[in-house]
Amino acid sequence: MTQVVLIDSGGYNIGSVKAALRRLDVDAELTTAHHRIVAASHVILPGVGAAGPAMNKLKSHGLDRLIPNLQQPVLGICLGMQLMYAHSAEGDTECLGIFDGEIKQLQPKSAERVPHMGWNQLQWQQPHTLQQSLMEPAWMYFVHSFAAPVNGDTVACVKHGETFTALAQRANFLAAQFHPERSAKAGQALFEFFLKNN
Amino acid sequence: MSWLQSNLARRIIPCLDVRAGQVVKGVRFRDHQVVGEIETLAMRYRDQGADELVFYDITASPEQRSVDIGWIERVSQVIDIPFCVAGGIRDVAIADAVLNAGADKISLNSPALENPDLINQLASRFGNQCIVIGIDSIAEDADYQVRQYTGDPDKMRTARRTTLDWIQEVQQRGAGEIVLNCMDADGVRDGYDIEQLQQMRSICQVPLIASGGAGNRNHFAAVFQQADVDGALAASVFHHGELTIPNLKNWLTDQQIMVRNV
Repeated sequence: MTQVVLIDSGGYNIGSVKAALRRLDVDAELTTAHHRIVAASHVILPGVGAAGPAMNKLKSHGLDRLIPNLQQPVLGICLGMQLMYAHSAEGDTECLGIFDGEIKQLQPKSAERVPHMGWNQLQWQQPHTLQQSLMEPAWMYFVHSFAAPVNGDTVACVKHGETFTALAQRANFLAAQFHPERSAKAGQALFEFFLKNN
Repeated sequence: MSWLQSNLARRIIPCLDVRAGQVVKGVRFRDHQVVGEIETLAMRYRDQGADELVFYDITASPEQRSVDIGWIERVSQVIDIPFCVAGGIRDVAIADAVLNAGADKISLNSPALENPDLINQLASRFGNQCIVIGIDSIAEDADYQVRQYTGDPDKMRTARRTTLDWIQEVQQRGAGEIVLNCMDADGVRDGYDIEQLQQMRSICQVPLIASGGAGNRNHFAAVFQQADVDGALAASVFHHGELTIPNLKNWLTDQQIMVRNV
């Protein structure tokens, strides 16, 4: 049975993530309790805000040690994704280390605006089953000023000045820089893909 | 525009002016008429492919009251595109409530002019990506000047700041996006104020959204191509149904302007 939990890292897009799941008939509980997280079939790490305070909140509940060892499907969204990398330049913050690499501030190449705000199109870096359920191009909604490097875990990237990772996967960990809960049908397809895995 | 090394789409943003729980539209900020219910219009624009919605509570700031949270929660449940709430956000507690109700961004206009430090407080608390500054600007004395309390003609007054200075200040204070409403063009549907937007674009490093003057599809193409804005906001041209978003986006695509087609 699908039992989804949202890990409370103190962010502000919790309500819209919950609403997106409810549109798929899934009620998700917001928690920091280890036994609830371990027992869940799917775990989501959402987050809007800054890396330092969010990692502090996770650490204060011992979740920095729990999350990397979870065995069920885990989805990181936006800041939640960034926390899954080794380190973030935002506040010089040590993160969860599920993915390799450093989160860095976006640097404009010419006149690109920062924050990167709006709809950008995924560029697939490796074949992925999610691709079949998305239109081409797949437009996703982004709001952020820091981003993950493109490396072997990158499933899809986007270009805004530099090119950075939009979607990454390693084993049971999936991570989206965009907001699937605000990316219309394309975002819903991502949630459906995530929830289908077990 | 082609010099931008980005696949970011130019955004089409219907603006829903909210008064007493309904969507209204006036000409030059006066004589408001009811155009529909909030959730009905939100759903319609979502289905049409709007990239984002702005809800502007035009009664909130002049009457010194804050936004009603109930409709924000309802909108957040039904739509799956980002939306911004403007009007009446005058302190951290109200901002917190509005963001927790599901708004993706909050937009401040008059309260930021009353207390510019509020921008710093909100940006450090919530991150600058969700702090939008709305500016009502009017040509006056051979310059562009900021207007305050524009929701109520009896209370509207000059903010004693040039638009140029204010745009620079709000960026330094942590604004993540600027919506520039050019009042001379607003409601008359004669096109966006390209000249003013070009001038402000040159000093605006964060996303800049054009507002005021959209009357037909040419106006959208012109503001993207000539003023390099990130998004174009419009109300009556969409509410009255002369221009539908799918038709507009197909046409903009033909003009080589990057938009999200759905």
